[in-house]
Amino acid sequence: MTQHVLRALLSYWYRNPLQLFAFLAGLALATALWSGVQAINAEARASYGSAASTLDKGQYDILVSRFDTPIPQETYIRLRRSGWLVSPVVEGNLNGIRLIGFDSLSSPHDFVSPPATWEATLDRIISGPKLFANPDSKDQLPTMMDIIEDASIEPGLALGDIGTVQTILGVETNTYLILYPDQPLNQPALEVVAPELRIQFSQPTTDISQLTNSFHLNLTAFGFLSFAVGLFIVHSTVGLVFEQRRAMVRSLRTMGAPLRTIISLITLEMLGFVLAGATLGILVGWLIAAALMPGVAATLQGLYGASVAGSLQLRFEWWASGLTLAFLGVGSSLSVYLWQTSRTPILAHAFVSAWIETHNRLLRYSAIGSIILLLAAVSLLVIPGSLAQGFLMLGCLLTGGAIGLPVVLSRCLSAFGHATNHPIFHWFCADTRQQLSGLSLALMALLLAVSANIGISTMVASFRLTFIGYLDQALAPELYVGVETTAEADALEAFARSKNLEILPVDMMTTWQSQGQKVQLLGIRVGNTYRETRRFIESGDSPWDRVAGGEAIIVNEQYARNFNTWLGDTVDLPDGRTLPIAAIVSDYGNVLGQVLVSEAVFQSIHPEIRALQFGLRTEDPDALGKELVSSLGLPKGAMIDQASMKQMALDLFGSTFLITGALNALTLTVAGFGIFMSLLALADRRIPQLAPVWAIGLSRSQLGWTEFARAVVLAMFVFVFAIPFGLAVAWILLKRINVAAFGWELPMYLFPMDYLAIGGLAVLSAVLAATWPTLRLMRLPPARLLKEFSSER
Amino acid sequence: MLLEMNSVKKSFRDSEGKLPVLKDVNLSLAMGESLALTGESGSGKSTLLNIAAGLETADSGAVIIDGQEITNLRETELARFRRQELAIVFQQFNLIPSMTVADNIAFHARLANRYDPDLASHMIAQMGLADHVKKYPETLSSGQQQRVAILRALVGKPRLLLADEPTGNLDEATADQVMLQVLDLIGEIGSAFLIVTHSAKVAAMMGRQVHLENGVLR
Repeated sequence: MTQHVLRALLSYWYRNPLQLFAFLAGLALATALWSGVQAINAEARASYGSAASTLDKGQYDILVSRFDTPIPQETYIRLRRSGWLVSPVVEGNLNGIRLIGFDSLSSPHDFVSPPATWEATLDRIISGPKLFANPDSKDQLPTMMDIIEDASIEPGLALGDIGTVQTILGVETNTYLILYPDQPLNQPALEVVAPELRIQFSQPTTDISQLTNSFHLNLTAFGFLSFAVGLFIVHSTVGLVFEQRRAMVRSLRTMGAPLRTIISLITLEMLGFVLAGATLGILVGWLIAAALMPGVAATLQGLYGASVAGSLQLRFEWWASGLTLAFLGVGSSLSVYLWQTSRTPILAHAFVSAWIETHNRLLRYSAIGSIILLLAAVSLLVIPGSLAQGFLMLGCLLTGGAIGLPVVLSRCLSAFGHATNHPIFHWFCADTRQQLSGLSLALMALLLAVSANIGISTMVASFRLTFIGYLDQALAPELYVGVETTAEADALEAFARSKNLEILPVDMMTTWQSQGQKVQLLGIRVGNTYRETRRFIESGDSPWDRVAGGEAIIVNEQYARNFNTWLGDTVDLPDGRTLPIAAIVSDYGNVLGQVLVSEAVFQSIHPEIRALQFGLRTEDPDALGKELVSSLGLPKGAMIDQASMKQMALDLFGSTFLITGALNALTLTVAGFGIFMSLLALADRRIPQLAPVWAIGLSRSQLGWTEFARAVVLAMFVFVFAIPFGLAVAWILLKRINVAAFGWELPMYLFPMDYLAIGGLAVLSAVLAATWPTLRLMRLPPARLLKEFSSER
Repeated sequence: MLLEMNSVKKSFRDSEGKLPVLKDVNLSLAMGESLALTGESGSGKSTLLNIAAGLETADSGAVIIDGQEITNLRETELARFRRQELAIVFQQFNLIPSMTVADNIAFHARLANRYDPDLASHMIAQMGLADHVKKYPETLSSGQQQRVAILRALVGKPRLLLADEPTGNLDEATADQVMLQVLDLIGEIGSAFLIVTHSAKVAAMMGRQVHLENGVLR
């Protein structure tokens, strides 16, 4: 018996292959976006994990040259002989690969981890020169080297014995010396043994993961949003499949097929489809992720300096998460419909869906739920913002809007219907209201997609506009010059003075730990450039004069927010002095708090740090560049003009939001597909509703166009409804989530043309979705419509 | 007696309160016997048939089929009962649109593990459907679809055949022809036959007739 019931159930799909395709495609798309985003997240995190586990340099204090020069071998030997427990490390770059050579005998055992790598290094180094590298990096390393592939090593990094790496790099010096935490008590002071060195204190090793958490949280939120859109669609599709097979289930039951058997088989059947659809979705997600991964890698490298492989590996965690969410998603809707089926009496009218019967009741509950969620979103405004609170606010807002949509739509259609005397328009409104039960989930999905598109595009475009303005301030010098030695720096300064050019050191910077947080200290030469170009978020009287005189400091917005320190408050500098804040500046493109002090104050704190990069003000950067080459013998590559710098920054900005744009477009596509599936699934149910209207005197063509117009009108309504929600999403992103994630608040600009383009896309998706069902209706044989009158339904 | 209904009562709730449909119905039907149940629209004929089929439950009274009281059976037992003991033909056919005519005809018998291909072929030929077995129901006329529904019910050789206005959607000539074919086939397999009908002509073809009026049989 079981096989016959199963055969009957499956025959539905055999006879309705398009429904099967739509169902599987809906499932696959829903899973694809989620798993694609998860794949990117998992890959990036695995890269950080690999980086952190491969090289735990950050956990040790190190000795570096005060003058940013290599450390001779003699200095290392001198320190060892005088009792300092240090181990040499050499670093360099070869074909874009970061080479690190360390002394496998003297370096701390946990400097390189996992231990297996370290032990393998010890064993293998003895047998000859070798490098250990990630398989992705192998091709960029010299072919004559013996390369040991090790996937646990960070991409773009190769490790080897210090002697091997020194030979490859052609140096005999060390880059820094690792300082053991436990040093002998009676060793001579560093100033005595090696006065040219200074201690650089360790930094928290989790910096990269902390910095990039916000990026991944954004992606995860996007993944959830995509999945929610997909879930709406899957829920809608599962519901319609149940409805279409309601008559079959009734027939099966009247012939004695037990309800338990039918429910078990439907569950099995659905789970099989979920497995197939989700597997397909995960593979599609993997393809999406693989296409987006290079952009993400560039973003993370550019924004945070985090090295991430540009390629993907099939990882168990996102494979499992994709399948789990697909099963949970479908399981939730499946359980609702199975419960409904089990509660439906055998002889319940097959053509009146329980959905429709309960739709009005659902609308009432939806209205109440929507109001509660929107009030919750507003009430969250008064609570001080964290990242989680920002996302919670977004969740309440979007969910409230989505479940409120059918209520508002129903009311509007009712009002329009009553306001008109035109019979067709009146019927159109009434009929559309009736369709809401079947279309509302797809429309909710479209609302989510359009709102997210408006919100995110507003955020990105506002950010871009602000960022361009900020670049004009931050990249004021027309020519940037980098030198290698302090002698060259002195010569460059003298040259600028002789030409009466304003010259600004731009790399007089260090970091220190303040109240457990990493803070940048930047020395600036206060002159016309800073006075004329930098705009303040807040400022007191004559801030530049006070900074130049060493009486005050300026902090960036991130510092002010992180430490809740504002104008007039004081800041403790690393040397113990305390200075008041004279102004607060915006600083986009930096996640750290920054304190700006005068050049003199900086040099009094860090006399060992000399600027080696400068910005020069000139009207003719090309001519100045040539003159610097001829007069000072600087290489051409040491110079870069402002336009190139700005372009680089804008390119980085573009790649940063590449993935966001791509995900936006994909989400809208999925939502459009949802409408297509709903229209398709409703098509058969429409015939009994349309047949009487056809009989009264509307042609099939007119009916087809009416159906088409309905999809377009609904998409336009959703778009208009989505605008305030999209703008609210943008506001939360700019004013709450950005502040919590990056420490800066951005001004919000409006971009009406962008919104119109999004609206156009939404309508286009509805047009594409409605085309096929409309054509099908227009070509429906009259006999099929006549059949509706040939038997009682 | 194959079917016995004793003191069956059934009422429905509507906006005006409780509406009694069956007040005190007593009915019996023997193997090989045919019985027509007539009555006005809304008199409760279909309700009575559905109660006999175990598709609806009576408020009180007993329904006994082949000595088995079905009123208190659980859902699974009732399903087994419908599968094995009886078959129902509805006015609106209730065919499975995604299965071919042949598969539809065989379906109930296969569920009951009583499918006999030779008997099926014989009945299909007798009903004049031999040329249509590979088609899907939607391509057939109403008369042909009803024949398929009747064959689906009969191929499994049920002890009791219940039919609710099986010719209600057919013209008079077709209805007559279908009913004669049904009675022939029932005669071959020896089932008891309870038919709900509006048609006096169809009712006259049955061995016995009862009329449902004001909730009681006359």
